[in-house]
Amino acid sequence: MTTNCPECDCEITLAKPIKGEIVVCPDCGTELEVLETNPLELALAPQEEEDWGE
Amino acid sequence: MKLAVLYSRVRVEEKLLFEMLDARGIAYDKIDDRDVVFDLHDSSAWRQYDVILERCINHSRALSALKILNDWGIPTVNTAYVADVCGNKLVTSSALVRAGVPSTRIKIAFTPESAVKAIEEFGYPVVLKPAIGSWGRLLSKINDRDAAETVLEHKEVLGSFHHSIFYVQEYIKKPGRDIRAFVIGDETIAAIYRSSAHWITNTARGGQASKCQVTPELNKICVAAAHAVGGGVLAVDILEDSERGFLANEVNYTMEFRNSIATTGVDIPNRILDYVLAVGRGEIKPLENSDFGFQISDLKTPNLNS
Repeated sequence: MTTNCPECDCEITLAKPIKGEIVVCPDCGTELEVLETNPLELALAPQEEEDWGE
Repeated sequence: MKLAVLYSRVRVEEKLLFEMLDARGIAYDKIDDRDVVFDLHDSSAWRQYDVILERCINHSRALSALKILNDWGIPTVNTAYVADVCGNKLVTSSALVRAGVPSTRIKIAFTPESAVKAIEEFGYPVVLKPAIGSWGRLLSKINDRDAAETVLEHKEVLGSFHHSIFYVQEYIKKPGRDIRAFVIGDETIAAIYRSSAHWITNTARGGQASKCQVTPELNKICVAAAHAVGGGVLAVDILEDSERGFLANEVNYTMEFRNSIATTGVDIPNRILDYVLAVGRGEIKPLENSDFGFQISDLKTPNLNS
């Protein structure tokens, strides 16, 4: 599945995307979240918060 | 058997867990915590689940969700009690001390002045950590009084209120590595060394993973540490002191394990699922957390001296 990076507009292809998955744009390095899989829709991933972790 | 996985974002770990659930043909729902609304007076939608695996990335969301679910009597891995203890380093350290688990020395102070006193009782260097936080963020190695006063002032002025509960830890001259051990129930199933030239060895900060043999001695302290915080699926961080041996450092309740499967050869996600399913079948009953406090009186902690 293919779409464009919302930050740099480069083309991104994902083999088996999962909704909620975080991917990194190969061109600009921005973290992106898979919002929808069919059709593929990406958005900037949420920024790290203070209480994030394991 | 129906299971739910509550998550914030799909990391490598969640993908692996989903793949294993699919491969094993287990019925489950994926629940994004951003979509959840809990009606405290109506638990019916959640009662379809025999057990809920919590994989939230936000500690505050995890703790809140687990508290509600456990109050409804819905089994979770881990429990709200465990999340409460592990999500705060002060509470974790207190639980480890209470259970007699060998651990690093910690002092707690409430003002910059008393924190300097605590630091100088240890002698430099010491480590200052936020009580709530992960992935090695905002850890400070304090080498002298100038640094101590500066960092403490910054914490008090720039930090939110919980940064003014000062958690001071003795500095352990570890051998360029620490140990991350994975405990499920009563067994340390795998362990890795996390090596780094930097004093912070978290793999999230570039520490390199290599296999660590789980010796009986290591298993004993790791299981004891896991039990001390309530037990379940836990990652225990151990420091090696040249004189005192293994010392428990921290315990994580939503463990990341992506760097540890190939390194150890242990199928960690499937071992997690085995435990979760056993909880769902009622074969393992995690500690009740009705007090949601510090009562672990029904917890049998192994005697480390035996």
